[in-house]
Amino acid sequence: MAVLVFIEIAEGEIKKSSLEAVSYAKSVADAMGTSVTALALGTISNSELENAAKHGATKVLHAADAVYNNQVINAYTTALVEAAKAEGSTVIVLEKSSIVDAIAPRIAARLNASLASNVTELPNLSNGFEVECSIFTGKAFAVNKLTAPIKVLAIKKNAHAAIDHGTAATITAFNPSLSAADSAVKHISTEKATGDILLTEADIVVSGGRGLKASENWHLIENLAKTLGAATGCSKPVSDMHWRPHHEHVGQTGIKVSPSLYIAVGISGAIQHIAGISSSKVIVAINSDPEAPIFKAADYGIVGDAFQILPKLTAAFEAAK
Amino acid sequence: MKILVCITHVPDTTTRITFTDNNTKFNGAGVQFIIGPYDDYALARAVELKETSGGTVTVINIGGPDTEPTIRKALAIGADDAIRINAEPTDGWFVAQQIAEIAKQNNYDLILMGRESIDYNGGQVHGMVAEILGMPSVSPVMQLEINGTTAKVAREIEGGKEYLELSLPFVAGCQEPIAEWKIPNMRGIMSARTKPLQVMEPFTHEQMTSLVNYELPAAKSGCKMIAADSPELLVSALKTEAKVI
Repeated sequence: MAVLVFIEIAEGEIKKSSLEAVSYAKSVADAMGTSVTALALGTISNSELENAAKHGATKVLHAADAVYNNQVINAYTTALVEAAKAEGSTVIVLEKSSIVDAIAPRIAARLNASLASNVTELPNLSNGFEVECSIFTGKAFAVNKLTAPIKVLAIKKNAHAAIDHGTAATITAFNPSLSAADSAVKHISTEKATGDILLTEADIVVSGGRGLKASENWHLIENLAKTLGAATGCSKPVSDMHWRPHHEHVGQTGIKVSPSLYIAVGISGAIQHIAGISSSKVIVAINSDPEAPIFKAADYGIVGDAFQILPKLTAAFEAAK
Repeated sequence: MKILVCITHVPDTTTRITFTDNNTKFNGAGVQFIIGPYDDYALARAVELKETSGGTVTVINIGGPDTEPTIRKALAIGADDAIRINAEPTDGWFVAQQIAEIAKQNNYDLILMGRESIDYNGGQVHGMVAEILGMPSVSPVMQLEINGTTAKVAREIEGGKEYLELSLPFVAGCQEPIAEWKIPNMRGIMSARTKPLQVMEPFTHEQMTSLVNYELPAAKSGCKMIAADSPELLVSALKTEAKVI
């Protein structure tokens, strides 16, 4: 009956988003009068797993096989389905990511479960099982009733705070039986920008638009981001012109972010860009055009020349540290 | 090679979203509908694959008669024929079952669609179709090369991509830069009028979720302006007022 939560590992560490997911699962489990079991796949230390447990899990299943060190869609699906069956779970919580996007629908289909994507709040259990989902890329929400006995919830970043409950958990080795189908997709290689803070995980994002005028000027964005410990993003025209790589494109057809603080510099605020940032807690806009639509979406604004403001702003953040 | 491309009929990305009927229906009045942008990439890649190695491209859409102009556009872009399942796409499971049934009847080598629709953003259908058919699925796919019965795929992961290899058939959820969007030319538009568009009734009505209602986000209370020559005021506001740093 335990609520099952998926713990995602990146380079031997638990992703911050997974700690949110564990705490979310804990809140759901409390409301249902049950406990939380977490599932971790791949190489990770027990002390890292204990950290995850602290956020609300009383049992951690760990499948340590190195096969899970790559994002193997089929094998991950099988492992989660087997864990759900072993625990008799009727609620499975995962936090949205590249691998979760790929496995959540397969898990739901294999378990004949209801799937809710982009869940923004805890479920309402007073009238069945209702969840609020972000739709139209953040422009609206849908409240959906999940009608199947098993529910799979793919939650959005910031749907729940990561809370240290100080819970201790038993860590149990878990060996899902994988079939030939689970290795049908062969991993050849991975290409990853190293050292960068991931856009989807970042608590602060600094993005630049066409207002920066050329890729050579990006050090202004990068310096501010570095001072804040932020990830860098960009608007669609900027990635279309190859000033910045595609994986930095924030917007409706790019990465959707939900950081605590989003700083948009030289971005006019096309509706598609706003859609990708609308679930940010606080938005700051810096633009030379006082009529730019970005100011309608922003909480704080500065009208002026980004080339003059950015160095000063970076210095001011540095001074306030 | 037989390729099935699943397309959604969605509001243009610039649409202001509103609802009617006590917030239970999307207000389509005056809205320009398009092929889902991610589906459009999938379609463009399918047409390219057909052009280089032969075969056919079939498009499928689950929707009412109002989606036919969108389907005709896909035919004008280069698909050979189309199937419309005559039903409102009520949830991901409902849609996936229709597509899987058509796939079972026709043995496609490749099933392509966007990584997600831009209305519900569920990104559910590719994985569900693959699961029903017992096939591998890959999403989001940024590059797709086919050589005989083997595919090489680049899949986006956080901060980069991974390269994968797998055998046909499989299901892929696509995104840029898998191909450039194709704009239909006059010849395509003329020929699309006579290409076959088969309308079928849904095979099942089973769904796993039901809509309670829609909501719009609360309006922002307004933007606080700060003078360009005193950025330190922004820093203190973010620290003491918004409490985000």
